[in-house]
Amino acid sequence: MATVTVNGKEVSLGEGERLNCIQAAKRAEIEVPHYCWHPAMSVVASCRMCLVEVGDKKPDGSVAMQPKVVPGCQTPVKDGTVIVTNSAKVKQAQAATLEYLLLNHPLDCPTCDQAGECFLQDYTFKFGHMQSRLMEPKELKPDKDYIGDQITLFTDRCVMCTRCVRFTREISGTGELQVINRGSHEEIDIFPGMPINNKLAGNVVDICPVGALCSKDFLYKQRVWWLKSADSVCPDCSTGCSIKVDQNNETVYRLKPRENPQAQGHFMCDDGRFGWKYIHSDQRLKQPEMSQGDRRVAVDWDTALTATRNALKDAATKNPKAVAAVFSPWMTVEEAYLLAKHLKSLSSDVRLALGPVRVEGQDDHYPKDVRGNAQEKIKFTIRAEKCPNRRGVELVLQHFQGSIINIGDILGDAAEGRIDTLYFVGGDPRGGLDESRAVALAKVKTLVVQDILPSPVSARAHIVLAGGSFAERDGTFVNHAGLAQGIKRSIRSPEEARPDGRILWDLSGRKGLFNATVFRHEIAREIPALAALTAELSCSGVLLK
Amino acid sequence: MPIQEKEVAWIEEPELNFWEQTFLPAVAGGLKVAVKHTVEQHSVTQQYPEEKPDLPLNYRGVHRLNRDEQGRVRCVACMMCATACPAHCISIVAEDASKDWPDRDKRPQSFVLDELRCIFCGMCEEACPCDAIELTSIYDLTGQTREQMTFDKEKLLSIYDQTKDNPRDPIRTHRGRLGCASELERQPLSATAPKPPDALRAKKS
Repeated sequence: MATVTVNGKEVSLGEGERLNCIQAAKRAEIEVPHYCWHPAMSVVASCRMCLVEVGDKKPDGSVAMQPKVVPGCQTPVKDGTVIVTNSAKVKQAQAATLEYLLLNHPLDCPTCDQAGECFLQDYTFKFGHMQSRLMEPKELKPDKDYIGDQITLFTDRCVMCTRCVRFTREISGTGELQVINRGSHEEIDIFPGMPINNKLAGNVVDICPVGALCSKDFLYKQRVWWLKSADSVCPDCSTGCSIKVDQNNETVYRLKPRENPQAQGHFMCDDGRFGWKYIHSDQRLKQPEMSQGDRRVAVDWDTALTATRNALKDAATKNPKAVAAVFSPWMTVEEAYLLAKHLKSLSSDVRLALGPVRVEGQDDHYPKDVRGNAQEKIKFTIRAEKCPNRRGVELVLQHFQGSIINIGDILGDAAEGRIDTLYFVGGDPRGGLDESRAVALAKVKTLVVQDILPSPVSARAHIVLAGGSFAERDGTFVNHAGLAQGIKRSIRSPEEARPDGRILWDLSGRKGLFNATVFRHEIAREIPALAALTAELSCSGVLLK
Repeated sequence: MPIQEKEVAWIEEPELNFWEQTFLPAVAGGLKVAVKHTVEQHSVTQQYPEEKPDLPLNYRGVHRLNRDEQGRVRCVACMMCATACPAHCISIVAEDASKDWPDRDKRPQSFVLDELRCIFCGMCEEACPCDAIELTSIYDLTGQTREQMTFDKEKLLSIYDQTKDNPRDPIRTHRGRLGCASELERQPLSATAPKPPDALRAKKS
């Protein structure tokens, strides 16, 4: 097995593993500062921040060091490589590089959105000089007026790492960004009239190590040190990108991708990144409601849940074949399990169906070539199936019922008056059943709708249960490839609305509080297909067999 | 920059000599003060409100928001004051300023300071990187409702207009130099970024 020595600490490499000095040092828990290198993109070794001393251990045990410092990102390690990151020579090189990068940096940290998560700040603090020796005025380039709908470029803050340029060339393939001019006049720019508006554009903000590229959506909304993050999963397509939900005072301000090689890699698409605004919509269902005569009135949760529980129980005793439930592919595994278990415990004849799965167009693969066609080696996919947990809900339904009933069958039966009681779970913020299909539910005698936004279905409901969005719930989503990932609650639901897990927990008459982490145990024990769900899902999730 | 070992000076407590160890000089010193106060007759009570107190120059009273040379609010909405504030009494909403003010990126859309919550510690003033928020010597602050005691941007700017010519409330903002209320004699020059030439800025609009 190959062994590499980093600052006297030995780390071993796996079989056939190809690492550079930065990665090898990271394995030894030693940080090598870097700007231009990014694990998902090609190496240019242009920022010179990762300079380290590298040498070889000879068979006789002596070490031969190279006479000068070399960029760690560009230097692969092999058996016997010796890396030194803490010598005076390396420290001097790091400090000198930082001093150079800061020469023409405006140091406008107070007004810069990146301050607090800026690598220029962090590295200067850890590796740099305290003061600048520059006596001449700084050469500051004017900011760009417009480079894209979501992106703004503060040219003066840029350190020319070219990560963004390589991203548009290698990951999105759209190639909007480029370096114009040469030498100290270098800047990032677009070709005139060709703005960066591709569906992965938001990622250049994340990969920018300084505050040059900022998101217009988030610009000046919050200082980043006020934000509290919770690990979650993007609910906008079945890729299930690992994300962080950043919130402060019960308001979500942004979503950021979280690195997860099992799910999507390092990035996320703009549909997901900016698609969460419905969470704070004024239209949200905020309290349970029940119809009294022609009107619908707000009631408290005890009343609504008791009414729902009794209605389901009575209907299941009288004629269980006329009771059905529609499960949403936005439900978590835990919620689907709770509802399915409760209804099947009333009667095994209750029918459980999978709700409308929204599919828009084709899977969108990146990188693209100049004509907009996907290239052969796919690095990112935005899936056509716009819901996060179809697979998870299907696994639960298959366990309880053997097969999955189509929503069409339920609607057909409902239109013919063969369904008396229907429990309908919505959750799709941009769709669900449209008016023409929801008409079929007119003959249902008791329609219970659990949703987050008003819809043609909730307009016909006799009982409305106000649920929670993905940022307000705990649970598990299973993506298109069978990767189960945990979502964590980051904010409270508006007003009286409750997270769906809690509603269903109370509905099924369980004691205590809904706790997804503990509850996963029960599901993993009972459903063999979900046996891989351990109590504490790791942040990268677990692949179901 | 983390504090380096070489920047730390360790100070030992000086050893007491023989007389200090007996504590007799200290006891005598204390008695001397007590006797002095007993014997002295002149009054130290101030007849407030007829007589206004003579406050020190670094007295921390009501806040003000300073204006820059062009009369605009000096604040750049960096929210350092709101971050530093231990009473959480400052709430700022920032907005993009570059459209109207080509030399500035960011400005406060609203700046609300709850004077009732404030504990007048002066941390906001200390945190401010552009000397925009300052505490004045106004101490007799009253209001009939809570709303009256919640000061918005306009109100805080009006306090600046009211106090800027008062010798007790000097404008401490001098480029590269802090005023008399500060212990620092000089700001590090490297912390201030020079403005780009007008010609470059003009291209933007």
